[in-house]
Amino acid sequence: MARQLINVPAKVKRGQVFEIKTLISHIMETGFRFTTTGDKIPRDIVTTFSCSYNGEEIFRADLYPAISANPFLDFFTVATESGTLDFKWAGDNGFSETASAKIVVE
Amino acid sequence: MNPRTPRALSIISRVTAIVCLLFAIASTVHGTDIPLDQRRSGYLDLGHDSKAMQDDDTINPATLWVQDGEELWNQKVGAASRACADCHQDATVSMKGVAARYPTFSVARNGPVNLEQRINLCRGEHQQAPPLAYESRELLALSAYVGRQSRGMAIAPPDDSRLVPFIEAGRKLFNRRIGQIDMSCAQCHDDNWGKKLAGSLIPQGQPTGYPIYRLEWQSLGSLQRRLRNCMSGLRAEAYEYGAPENVNLELFLMWRARGLQLETPAVRP
Repeated sequence: MARQLINVPAKVKRGQVFEIKTLISHIMETGFRFTTTGDKIPRDIVTTFSCSYNGEEIFRADLYPAISANPFLDFFTVATESGTLDFKWAGDNGFSETASAKIVVE
Repeated sequence: MNPRTPRALSIISRVTAIVCLLFAIASTVHGTDIPLDQRRSGYLDLGHDSKAMQDDDTINPATLWVQDGEELWNQKVGAASRACADCHQDATVSMKGVAARYPTFSVARNGPVNLEQRINLCRGEHQQAPPLAYESRELLALSAYVGRQSRGMAIAPPDDSRLVPFIEAGRKLFNRRIGQIDMSCAQCHDDNWGKKLAGSLIPQGQPTGYPIYRLEWQSLGSLQRRLRNCMSGLRAEAYEYGAPENVNLELFLMWRARGLQLETPAVRP
């Protein structure tokens, strides 16, 4: 089943600023809601996200309960070398997902 | 007797009043159909960000379901160990335009079936698999994937005389006052679209993009989920998923939206 959507341009020019769009499938249960019988629904959210470019961390974010389901993160970086972008999400209940995307710098 | 006597005048005015009242009742009961050229998709009333979300598949969270649907399409299931693709091959070809014409008439059921019911009928008959629950991730995924193949096409209800009584039944439901609020669908979506209900714009209720990713739901949901939402908003008891009333309403709404472009999977607030 699909877990993430990653959108990175296939090719960029050296020195060019490019956009990275990521979206992950997650319910982001806040922990503030109750069932009809009054039981608390336990918190289940993504807590951290990071992106590294050829092994070097270029972006990191902490996520909180107010962030909606299927969190979408959109950020920019400068093209230096061809290589790989690695994405990592971690969260409650041992949630852990990774993804990667190739990028060609001309 | 002189017709101009006060008594005769009062009878005339009473009759006129009754006739006016009858017209007023008739117009509230039946509503007035929106002129064809004034019909519009709810997409046009979205904010800039929601539009952007729907337009770009890599931002639209409904894509997650579409991708799941593609996977399920090719997965062998049931006692027959058959995948949808084993009969229908490539969905991008075989399913093009299908969602735009549903619900259609089913001889076996002697009535209309919607896309979700058709998927479950297929599972039962050809895959010998148990039906998928309404609003389950799997059923939404398959209907989103099938629906996606008709994106951009005009909604084209089949020209089938067997469907006419069911469309009429749907129209009746649409115009019937329900719930403690005692209002019909038509009173908002035919008579007062474009105005505000508290802070929210009243849309025409054109089902152009189901299943939709609704921000309020934080998830994908079917047209029937949306209909049931409206009914509970009117403090009426909502019809069950798959109930003939809901399918008739769905059929009427698709007929009402005929010619509008399908946007599946759409994003709505």
